[in-house]
Amino acid sequence: MGANILLSSEDLGFMIKGVFSFYIGDTQVWITTTHVCLLIIIIMLTIFSVCAKRTMKSASEVPGTFQNIIEMCVEMLDNMIKNVMGKNATKFLNYIGTLFIFIMISNISGLLGLRPPTADYGVTFPLGVTTFALITFNKFKHQKVKGVIKGLCEPWPFWLPINLIGDFAVPISLSLRLFANVLSGTIMMALVYGLLSAVAYVWPAVLHVYFDMFSGAIQTYVFCMLTMTYVSDAIGNE
Amino acid sequence: MFNQEFILGCSAIGAGLAVIAGIGPGVGQGIAAGHAAAAVGRNPGAKGEITSTMLLGQAVAETTGLYGLLVAMLLLFVKPLLP
Repeated sequence: MGANILLSSEDLGFMIKGVFSFYIGDTQVWITTTHVCLLIIIIMLTIFSVCAKRTMKSASEVPGTFQNIIEMCVEMLDNMIKNVMGKNATKFLNYIGTLFIFIMISNISGLLGLRPPTADYGVTFPLGVTTFALITFNKFKHQKVKGVIKGLCEPWPFWLPINLIGDFAVPISLSLRLFANVLSGTIMMALVYGLLSAVAYVWPAVLHVYFDMFSGAIQTYVFCMLTMTYVSDAIGNE
Repeated sequence: MFNQEFILGCSAIGAGLAVIAGIGPGVGQGIAAGHAAAAVGRNPGAKGEITSTMLLGQAVAETTGLYGLLVAMLLLFVKPLLP
């Protein structure tokens, strides 16, 4: 096809590629680059957490370098979550902290030459759905069924379908935002390396700082911030 | 009635048009940054807080533009219009 010269995804490596496939029954299941990158990141994080646990077990009064880094990370996450959620923070520290670290490392992994796993809708959508489940669960737990129905019929009862759509748009918009942001960064870097490969030396580092680090960090912050805001909203102020 | 090349070409034009959605977030982010600059001018002590609020708002405002990008990507790579 002539139209595919510019779109030849083999040259510009930003599409998801299959590594190998196998059959379950009649369905072909592909193991893609996303799986591989996710696996690498999970192994990295596991090693990091094991090391962190070991260091914190023999924590000293005067912290060493590694202990200092861990304490800084945990303190930063604690402060961020406590600032937004107030007294509810302790219950959600684990979830939001895990989310933050995972998304952050995933977004930054473009620097390591991986294709960021968050640039795959199959990764961000489950994250959005998890958040949605958390929101809905807390809504029913704290506002009871009566409160939820009352909230859905907010201004007038015939507003119900619009409120329902608004509720179900939350996970979709959350996951699409993260996905599209990381994907746009990946596309830009692939275009730079693919189309300008003759002159792409040293200066793409500046673009990496913006697209991978700055954009990734901001989107991580936004995702966690919105999750916290929605959950606080669902809990309400009793 | 139309052959494949024609549909692909039209998809490419549609993708280009979809990315025009980037104008909106551009204007929105500019307005946010302008007001943030004015706020810092009025109250330089709150610079850190203003900056982080501005970045959060801008990142949320960016979403609509990214939806345009998504539509463009769908048209170019998923090719939903091909029979």
